[in-house]
Amino acid sequence: MGGGFGPLLSFLATTRGGLDGHLVGALRKARSSVQSSLVTRVIGIALAAVVIIYLSPKVYALGPSYFLRIVAVGVALGAIYALIAIGYTMVYGIVELINFAHGDVFTLGAFISLPLLVTPFWHLTEETGGGWGIVLPLIAVFLIVMLITGLINVGIERVAYRPLRNAPRLAPLITAVGVSFFLEGVMYLWKGAVNLHYPDLLPSNRFVGGTFSAKDVIVIVAAVILVAGLAFFVNQTKLGKAMRATAQDRDAARLMGINIDRTISATFFIGAVLAAAGGITYGLYINSVNNGLGFPIGLVAFTAAVFGGIGNIPGAALGGLIIGLIRATNDGYVDPQWTDVVTFAILILVLTLRPTGLLGMRVPEK
Amino acid sequence: MPRLLRRARGLTRNRDAIIYAILIAGVFIVPAIANFTQGTSSGVVLDQVANAGVFVLLAIGLNIVVGFAGLLDLGYAAFFAIGAYTYAMFGSGWLDVTALHHAVHIPFWILLFVGMGLAALSGAILGAPTLRLRGDYLAIVTLGFGEIVPRIFRIKIEWTGGINGITALDQPTLPVWFTGPWAGQDFGITRNQVFGLDPVPYYILIVILIAVSVVLASNLYRSRLGRAWMAIREDEVAAAAMGVNPVTIKLLAFSIGASFSGFAGVFFAAKLGGIDPTLFGFQNISIVILVMVVLGGMGNISGVIVGAIGVYFLQNVIIPQLPTWTTGAASSVGLSFLNNPNGDWAGLGDEVQRLNFIIFGLILVGTMLFRPQGLFPSQLRQAELQKGTSDQSVFDASTS
Amino acid sequence: MNEPILSIHGLTKRFLGLTAVDNVTFDVKRNEIFALIGPNGAGKTTLFNCVTGLFAPTLGRVVFDGSEITGTRPHRVAKLGIARTFQNIRLFDYMTVIENVLVGEHARMHAKLWDSVFKTPQERREEAHVRERARELLKFVGLEKHAESYARNLPYGQQRRLEIARALATDPKLLLLDEPAAGFTPQEKAELMQLVQRLREQGLTIFMIEHDMKIVMGVSERIVVLDHGEKIAEGTPEVVRRDQRVIEAYLGKSA
Ligand SMILES: Nc1ncnc2c1ncn2[C@@H]1O[C@H](COP(=O)(O)OP(=O)(O)OP(=O)(O)O)[C@@H](O)[C@H]1O
Ligand SMILES: [Mg+2]
Repeated sequence: MGGGFGPLLSFLATTRGGLDGHLVGALRKARSSVQSSLVTRVIGIALAAVVIIYLSPKVYALGPSYFLRIVAVGVALGAIYALIAIGYTMVYGIVELINFAHGDVFTLGAFISLPLLVTPFWHLTEETGGGWGIVLPLIAVFLIVMLITGLINVGIERVAYRPLRNAPRLAPLITAVGVSFFLEGVMYLWKGAVNLHYPDLLPSNRFVGGTFSAKDVIVIVAAVILVAGLAFFVNQTKLGKAMRATAQDRDAARLMGINIDRTISATFFIGAVLAAAGGITYGLYINSVNNGLGFPIGLVAFTAAVFGGIGNIPGAALGGLIIGLIRATNDGYVDPQWTDVVTFAILILVLTLRPTGLLGMRVPEK
Repeated sequence: MPRLLRRARGLTRNRDAIIYAILIAGVFIVPAIANFTQGTSSGVVLDQVANAGVFVLLAIGLNIVVGFAGLLDLGYAAFFAIGAYTYAMFGSGWLDVTALHHAVHIPFWILLFVGMGLAALSGAILGAPTLRLRGDYLAIVTLGFGEIVPRIFRIKIEWTGGINGITALDQPTLPVWFTGPWAGQDFGITRNQVFGLDPVPYYILIVILIAVSVVLASNLYRSRLGRAWMAIREDEVAAAAMGVNPVTIKLLAFSIGASFSGFAGVFFAAKLGGIDPTLFGFQNISIVILVMVVLGGMGNISGVIVGAIGVYFLQNVIIPQLPTWTTGAASSVGLSFLNNPNGDWAGLGDEVQRLNFIIFGLILVGTMLFRPQGLFPSQLRQAELQKGTSDQSVFDASTS
Repeated sequence: MNEPILSIHGLTKRFLGLTAVDNVTFDVKRNEIFALIGPNGAGKTTLFNCVTGLFAPTLGRVVFDGSEITGTRPHRVAKLGIARTFQNIRLFDYMTVIENVLVGEHARMHAKLWDSVFKTPQERREEAHVRERARELLKFVGLEKHAESYARNLPYGQQRRLEIARALATDPKLLLLDEPAAGFTPQEKAELMQLVQRLREQGLTIFMIEHDMKIVMGVSERIVVLDHGEKIAEGTPEVVRRDQRVIEAYLGKSA
């Protein structure tokens, strides 16, 4: 009975986690699912109730159009966070790396786009701007910047992370920090450490009694198009499927003949493409960027990724949206000083009460 | 193979002994050199070295969490801040300005332990619900905690002084009964038992604190608890099946690590004489300490100390001095025109200054690529190198 | 004397629709050598995991030495006196052989945090004492010469023996062995059988999973057979050997 598949199975089991590798996870799942579902729900509902009771008088006092304005800003910011969070979640899902340089890749997108706004072919400045004429050039800028940033990120992965794939887990984390310093340094060398004005190109007409601006809508629509494109790619293309397979179980994926290196490169490329788009969108929306911007925004986006369930792409999008709304609400109704504290407190709460995040199908094991 | 391995291990033991010998020699030589090269301004050098000592203390503490127990702590600055603010609030006239209207001047020596205890306690409170989760989740929770704490110190202006922080902290004093030649005219280390603004007493004190910490941390490493940490790091399931309670063992590592940070924070605040929340950020503390530990060689106390000193001087002495050095070099080889601004060129000094971040980033990436296990890995990591890198990384072992 | 040390009542473990252990009931008596057999994937390891607290059973109870331990956490189970080895060896690879055994001693040691930090005389005495004991255990399994090697550098057979030594260091009443002879040469198997016999003579109860029928029939006094999670037979080797369902389960599997 030692024959048959016995030896093969136990060989597989010893190679990487394997059957026994599920022990810890299954053990925790079994224990926590009973406890957490009830306790979590009670605590979650209680917290939500406290927040609603605390906020509702203020919301009432400040009126409905203010409320709608907050929602608009929250969704627009949330869309930008979502674009960054997706990159975090994809990279984590596939190589289990908290990519500290990802926020700086986002800023890099905004920086690269700046000189491309004015070229022999188009002039995207505040003076000439406006009107439908800017649509095509702007799309061109988006595409060029996304491509360049994507390729840069692929290069970064090659140089700084790939050689360390079998090294102790902390080694790539430290190189990610190094890359983050490096990128911030490059942007500093390029433009200095000052707030740069980003041209205000998008129309700012307001609708619905001045609550929604065209800007909000454009940012949101752009994010939706990008996320839809990503969803199509991940679910429908061969490379996208390879990505999901690799995230699930790298060794199995390799055995199935998937080219792991190429799949990981593609993941970094797509993460950077979305982050770069997020960077341009941020510039167009906020109209100010600086070389150190990416790190704090990246932390918030990372929170969004964890909130949605790390490794889960729709989760990251949803998490970004919710974090954007929470931050806008706190900015508008409570005290902007506390917004970061609230954001990170939510991060801690989510992880202790519901470690899988909102949509985390992947249990905290692997 | 075993013989080769034994030799490798003998070498690493010797290597650690050599590192410690150099460090001990350095402790005595540094003040002498400082005195010799800088005459009366020797204070500047000693002051830098004493500051570096704070980071050494922090690195020794974080190494317990990351190196011994294999837990990733990205919020180490929070405990440092808790220690520092403990001293700032209770060892100064500050509380007189707050709603309390009554300053408490608790002695430095007591607050050292209070700060340590408070940090350990907050570590335990944070760790208890989260240490049950897989390794990376702890990292993320600590990251969040590290972001929250300094921000709260910044916002609660009425209690913490906000962005301006708290200044005019008490100078540590030796208790009256603790007199000796150090207080007299001959050595003059302390004046009337007071530390004063001179860095010498701080230098001596931090050296003593580091020495004690090294001894205690290695005691821990070679104890029942140290073995339990290693076991959890290597294979949590097997360790639990052998009767090791993973949660309490991890909690201990986490709290003990935090206590080092709190302890260092009290010393740091007393030495600076004033603190503010920007001193305790993620990028300037939590990550830097982690870099020190990983670059030095996690798990190995002597390696971590070297990592801390190296990174500290790289960041605070070498890189900031680079502009001066390069302009000096340019002048001496007849390229002094480079030193003057010219159109887009801001002058060599300024240009090099702008490269700071890039240089630091490249050093981090480069070192990790060439020595993924750190500069002076522990014997265990060394053995791993001998056998080629294993596919089971430190954190996989404790989480998969 | 014949009262059970371990009783398993209606134990069931389901994984997302797959029932790995299905309503299994049996007793292990004090100081016997008891074997659990069955084809690959029958649920044997899962049953061990339920007993040692690595899995919480879906249904059923586990009673050890008179007290219920269903769902008790693994380190508590170990302290109560159940030690185990793993089917795919789980040593602490980057710790030395003796350190591996010392981890087994952990739960029996008394040094408090304070003692460890300051290396108090009690701590030193205790360390010396447990090291002595660990050396004896290594001698018992024939590894005393390798005390200072790293566990990962031992050859396979010695790693299995080290796992046994580490389990014994917890001073168990009941020892669970998950396929201890897997991959052994005939001589190693003979040595292992002797070792098991000696442990039993010292008062231990042995409960093992084993595929090698010579070992199972040779040393065990009673056997339970699992197939697809269900208990299909129980009794002495002679009885089990002739059981129609057992023969079918094995032939059906290999045919
Ligand atoms: N953590 C887990 N999650 C899901 N299924 C599991 C898990 N552990 C075991 N199983 C499944 O339960 C069944 C029983 O597995 P188990 O390892 O108990 O068999 P076994 O009798 O020990 O087999 P072997 O002789 O190969 O060791 C198998 O189908 C296995 O795939
Ligand atoms: Mg099995």
